[in-house]
Amino acid sequence: MLDAVARNTQKGIRWRSVVTESALVRRLAIAIAIAFLTLFLVLPLAVVFVQAFSKGLGAYLAAFQEPDAQAAIKLTLLVAAISVPLNLVFGLAAAWSIAKFDFKGKSLLMTLIDLPFSVSPVVSGLIYVLLFGAQGLFGPWLMEHGIKIAFALPGIVLATIFVTFPFVARELIPLMQEQGTSEEEAALTLGASGWRTFLTVTLPNIRWGLLYGVLLCNARAMGEFGAVSVISGHIRGLTNTMPLHVEILYNEYNFVAAFAVASLLACLALVTLAAKSFLEWRAGDTLSGRPGH
Amino acid sequence: MEIKVANVAKEFGETAALRDVSLTVRPGELLALLGPSGSGKTTLLRVIAGLEAPERGLVFFGGQDATGLPVQKRQVGFVFQHYALFKHLNVADNIAYGLRVRERARRPSKDEIARRVSELLELVQLSGYERRFPAQLSGGQRQRVALARALAVEPRVLLLDEPFGALDAKVRKDLRHWLRDIHERTGQTTIFVTHDQDEALELADRVAILSNGRLEQIGTPDEVQDRPQSPFVLSFLGDAARFEARVAGDKVLIGGKPVPVDAHGHGDGEVALYSRPWQLRLVSPVGAHARGVVAGIRRVGGSRRIEIHGAGKDKVEVETSLSIEPALGEEVGLEILGGYIFPVG
Repeated sequence: MLDAVARNTQKGIRWRSVVTESALVRRLAIAIAIAFLTLFLVLPLAVVFVQAFSKGLGAYLAAFQEPDAQAAIKLTLLVAAISVPLNLVFGLAAAWSIAKFDFKGKSLLMTLIDLPFSVSPVVSGLIYVLLFGAQGLFGPWLMEHGIKIAFALPGIVLATIFVTFPFVARELIPLMQEQGTSEEEAALTLGASGWRTFLTVTLPNIRWGLLYGVLLCNARAMGEFGAVSVISGHIRGLTNTMPLHVEILYNEYNFVAAFAVASLLACLALVTLAAKSFLEWRAGDTLSGRPGH
Repeated sequence: MEIKVANVAKEFGETAALRDVSLTVRPGELLALLGPSGSGKTTLLRVIAGLEAPERGLVFFGGQDATGLPVQKRQVGFVFQHYALFKHLNVADNIAYGLRVRERARRPSKDEIARRVSELLELVQLSGYERRFPAQLSGGQRQRVALARALAVEPRVLLLDEPFGALDAKVRKDLRHWLRDIHERTGQTTIFVTHDQDEALELADRVAILSNGRLEQIGTPDEVQDRPQSPFVLSFLGDAARFEARVAGDKVLIGGKPVPVDAHGHGDGEVALYSRPWQLRLVSPVGAHARGVVAGIRRVGGSRRIEIHGAGKDKVEVETSLSIEPALGEEVGLEILGGYIFPVG
C-alpha cells in the first residue's frame, strides 16, 4: 500500500480528497461564474457610471439640478417613506398570525402573500387603474367626491405597496415558525402582557430578519417600474418616480441625465447589497448561537 | 398552595387530549404527571398554567376558581421542555425578567432585583454566570437558569414540562437529586411531567398516571406500585407477565392449583393475573403453576432475567439469582408467588 503511494507520488499523481472535483473542473466552474457575473452584472453597472460621467462631473451634477429630476427623487422618497412602514406593519402582522397561530384559510393567506411575486407588475398597476381610473369601478364615485387615486400619489403608493407586500412577510414567516412560541409563552407565564412580550421577546428575536426584509422592501419600492408606470400616468414633475424619469430622459436621448439618475438607483442597490451582507453576518452570529436541541 | 383540577376536558380538533380529569395537588407537594406520549400529561400541565383553556371543568388555586384567570395573573412558574430561555438576554436578565415586567407598584427596586437574582443563582449553583448568554451554557445549566427564572416570580405553583427530557443520562440523575433537594429547601408546590416511570417514582411524593387523556390512578410511589388499579398502570410501571386464572370462592386458581393472591372483591370466573418478574420462581416443570421453554437469559445488575416462552399469554420474565442459570431451550416450571388480578377485558 505504502509502496503504491510512493510510486504514485513519484509519477506526479497528486492525492486529492474524494469529495472534491479535479483542479481543472474547479477552475473552469469558477471561470464561467466570474465571466457570467462580469458580463451580466459588473459590466452593466460600470456602464451606468461611465455613461453618467461621460460629459464630466458638471454635467452629472447638472442632471440633479433640474426641477423634474428633483421632483422625481422627492416623489420616490415619499412613496418609499409611506409604503415601507405600512408593509412593515402588514408583513409583521401576517407573519405573526401565520407563524404563531393555526386557523382556517392559513394556506390561502400564504398564497395571497405570494401573489404579487407571481403577477406581472404591469398587471398589478393595471388593477388599480381599472379600480380607481376615470372609467374604473370606483372612478365615477371618486370623481364626484373629488378624490384622485389613479395618476396621482395615492395610486402610486397603492401599486408600490402591492408589489412590495411579500418582502417583509416572506422573510419573517420561516424565521418565526422556526422559533416557535415557547419563548413568548415563557414571557406570558412570567407575567408579561402580550404587547410587552412582543416588544421584549418576539421583536428582538426577529430584528435582523425584519431589518433585512425592510431593506429589500425599500429597494424594490424605490426601484419599481412596471406597476408604477401604468398607474402614474407619467406626468413630469408630478407623478414621475426615479425609474420613470430615467426612462423619459433616455427616450429623449438625454443619456447623461438618464444615466446620472440611474446611477443613484444603482448606488441604492449597492448600499442595499452591503447592508444585506452585514445583516447576514450579524444574523448568522445570533442564529448560530441558538441552543442546540 | 393547593391546586385542584375538577372534571377538566380538552379537545384538539377531533382528538380528546383530556377527558374528565380531576385531581388535587396538596400544598408543598411534589407531584409527577406520568404517562406515555399522547396521554395528555403536558396538556394538563398547560391547562393548570393557563396556557390552554379547558373546554369543560374548573381549575382552583388555593380554593379560588382560576379557570378564567389569564396566564399572566396566575403567578405560576413554568419550566419548558427546551427551557425557552430568552436568547438575547444574559442569565441575570433572564432571571430578572419576571420581576421587571411587573407594574410599577409591585416591581421591586433595582437593588432588590439584583439581590434576588444573585440569591437564585446561588440556589441553582450558577453564581458567576450572570453575564453569560444561554448559548454559552450547557443543557443542564440552561435547565437550572430556567428554574431560577421560574422561581424568581415567587410562583404559587411550579410547573415543569419534561424537565430532564433533553439531557443525557448522567446529568439527568444529578439534576433529579438536585431538584428534590431544592424542593425540600423551598417547600414549593411542584408539578412535573415525565414519561419516565423511574424518574416519577424516585422523585415525586405522589404520582398521577395518565393514559389516553384519563387519570388512571394517583397515589404515592408505594401505592401505585403495590396496588395498581388497572392493567395499564401495572404494565406502565414495569414488566409484568400475564396469566389466565380463575377465581373460585376466596381462591385464585391457575391450572387448578391455588396461587397466593387475594381474590377479595372478585366474583367467581375468569380473571387476568399479572406477576412481576420477582413474583415468579423457576421450579421443576412437574406440578408447577405454568410451564414454558427458556428463550433468553439476560444479566441485569446483580440478578438474572430469564425469558420464558409458552408459559403465559405473552413472554414471561422471571428474576432469579445469579446462581441459577438454566440452559436455553430447557423446559422449566414457574411458581407464582404473588400478583395482581383484574377482570378479563
